[in-house]
Amino acid sequence: MEMKSNGNKPTVLEIRGLTKFFGGLAAVRNFDLTLKQGELVGLIGPNGAGKTTVFNMITGLYVPTSGEIYFNGTNVVGLEPHEITRMGIARTFQNIRLFPNLTVLDNVRIAYHPHCGYTLTDGLLRTPRFSAKEKELTEQALNFLSIFQLDRIYNEVAKNLPYGEQRRVEIARALACNPQLLLLDEPAAGMNPREIIELMDLIHFIRERFDLTILLIEHQMRVVMGICEWITVMDFGQVIARGTPKEIQENPLVIEAYLGKGVTHVA
Amino acid sequence: MELGFLLGSLLKIIAIIAYIYGLMWVLGRPSIWAKIAGLVGAFAVVQLALTDINGFRLLNNFDNGLLFQACAMTMVALGLNLIYGFNGQFSLGQWGFYGIGAYAAADITYRWINGDARGLLVLGLGTLLGTLVLIGINTWLQRFRGIPVLSSFTLYLIGALIAGTVAVYLGNQLNPLITPLLGTAGEPGPLNTPAVQQIIYFLSVILAGIFAAQISFLFGLPVLTLGSDYFGIATLGFTIVVNTLMVNSDTILPFPEMKGGRGMIGIPKLTTWFSAFFFMMLVIIIMRNLIHSSTGRSLVAVREDEVAAKAMGIDVAGAKLFAFVVGSFFAGLGGAVYAHYIGFLSPGTFDFLAGFNPLIIVVFGGLGSMTGTITATFGWIFFLEGMLRVLLSQMGTEAPTWRFVLYPITLLLLMLIRPQGLLGSVEWGFLKGPQFTPAPRSRPEPAHESVA
Repeated sequence: MEMKSNGNKPTVLEIRGLTKFFGGLAAVRNFDLTLKQGELVGLIGPNGAGKTTVFNMITGLYVPTSGEIYFNGTNVVGLEPHEITRMGIARTFQNIRLFPNLTVLDNVRIAYHPHCGYTLTDGLLRTPRFSAKEKELTEQALNFLSIFQLDRIYNEVAKNLPYGEQRRVEIARALACNPQLLLLDEPAAGMNPREIIELMDLIHFIRERFDLTILLIEHQMRVVMGICEWITVMDFGQVIARGTPKEIQENPLVIEAYLGKGVTHVA
Repeated sequence: MELGFLLGSLLKIIAIIAYIYGLMWVLGRPSIWAKIAGLVGAFAVVQLALTDINGFRLLNNFDNGLLFQACAMTMVALGLNLIYGFNGQFSLGQWGFYGIGAYAAADITYRWINGDARGLLVLGLGTLLGTLVLIGINTWLQRFRGIPVLSSFTLYLIGALIAGTVAVYLGNQLNPLITPLLGTAGEPGPLNTPAVQQIIYFLSVILAGIFAAQISFLFGLPVLTLGSDYFGIATLGFTIVVNTLMVNSDTILPFPEMKGGRGMIGIPKLTTWFSAFFFMMLVIIIMRNLIHSSTGRSLVAVREDEVAAKAMGIDVAGAKLFAFVVGSFFAGLGGAVYAHYIGFLSPGTFDFLAGFNPLIIVVFGGLGSMTGTITATFGWIFFLEGMLRVLLSQMGTEAPTWRFVLYPITLLLLMLIRPQGLLGSVEWGFLKGPQFTPAPRSRPEPAHESVA
């Protein structure tokens, strides 16, 4: 397949031969993926195909059985999750994981912790630097919230928010980590069609605005087909197809994985 | 039953709570001079109440004792609130660190007034060397990736043991240089004047805190990898081990002056209202500044969701260890202040059952509320130890036992009515931390056109 205009862009993420066994079960086997700067790539597949396991390995929550993950040329396998986040990979979760009893603002401000700009001593002694930086990061956090139209509810406790707003807070929080690569795990899960359209606009917008590379797991075909430039399809831990949305839609293997054998002839 | 006493006690409890509220309010003023004036005023009011004016004292000896007990307990309970309330690690080890602080500080001053400087020398050098060694090992370990916790723990332990041995050796070598200046208990030398004793006392309190913090670092490193409930059991074990060592301090440990289960007597009573107030305010201010900073937010994030905290770039294991060490530091300070008020330490005080007291206070006051912990400590001590004990003792000799029926019932009711604790997560004045009011913003840039 041709490489479009992204051909000469630098590689952000390169995954080679990634394998993860849980006991005797291969959750992911020989997974390869390359993401270039600024790409928006979808990762799809039926339930249990190993998509979230791939995410967990990229972010360091699981240690791969074998294989390499290069982020900007550095192998991140074996690093602690927080070290990987600090290198510039942020994520959201399939089942929203906000800090439930904290306010929306604090949820976002926590993401500033690794780059808050002052030390613990500054905080304990309340130095001018503490006050200045704290004010600055609060302003920045509010800015993020206003982009996501959440600034009016900055003082609400996160667990009291409706589902769609919780999703947006989670994305805002991930962006506050100042990432280069954003991993979105089923962002449209549980959303109604109107919210899905808004979400697609939002993903486009943040990609342009923050110059992000995005890897997206999604079940909703209209989201994936609508916004992704490239799609990788997984089934039973293995990659079964890659290509543009149009190619994927016509790929018999993909149709078989989703709908079962025999349907290919009908389609 | 005396109605006057009841009313007086109630009035006292109300006055104490008003006092705490006022202090927090005045400390919350923006001007630094208001804060200083508030601190000095708050100190002076109680000092005045403790002073004998023409044979009249507002706070009698009994209240006096309760006051110091409450100050020490505030430090311990705030430390526990940091570990359990803010960081979410259920710990029963706080009482053990309280005991370690009490015994360590008492040993320093006891030896000092009896013409032996080794307590101060060994503990002073030990904590200094120990801190340097631990920091050194930590810096060195940063270079490697994925070291098992037990391996790094072994390294830290060996480092700490070497530092301890060197400190004991140096202490024994340096001691003869200082001993002549100390004199004996009967004939105090030039370094045993009351002023110098106060300095040694302040040093001993701080060293006891640091010592407790170092022990908690070594203990917490492997144990904090356990999940919450298992961590609770392990810390309970720690308290029991410390208690057993106290009971046998003159047989299996080389500290004959601690007199094992008979209790350590003759500790100089050096705690004044000034030092108790000073250390309590120190703990409150450190705690408040810590909680309302980025580090504090990261600790709370770990309590709320560990996986999400990791994904936000927070070092979860480090945050847990940090909260545990700082909490134990507070407990060590509290123990040291308590020891020099009471003048007598018995292992019975540090029994693990008594170790539930700070836990009850923290839950009672509200997990994650500093105000709740402080008011609950004072209320608990003055109500339970003060009012209830005196009232019941007037109803017959056996009646005070009813305390432990009435008081669990109070707890039961509270848990049923207000499971989030008396104050929930409300904070007063100063403890609220920096407030800000966001400027009303006109939408700077619409993110996306919402579909109508």
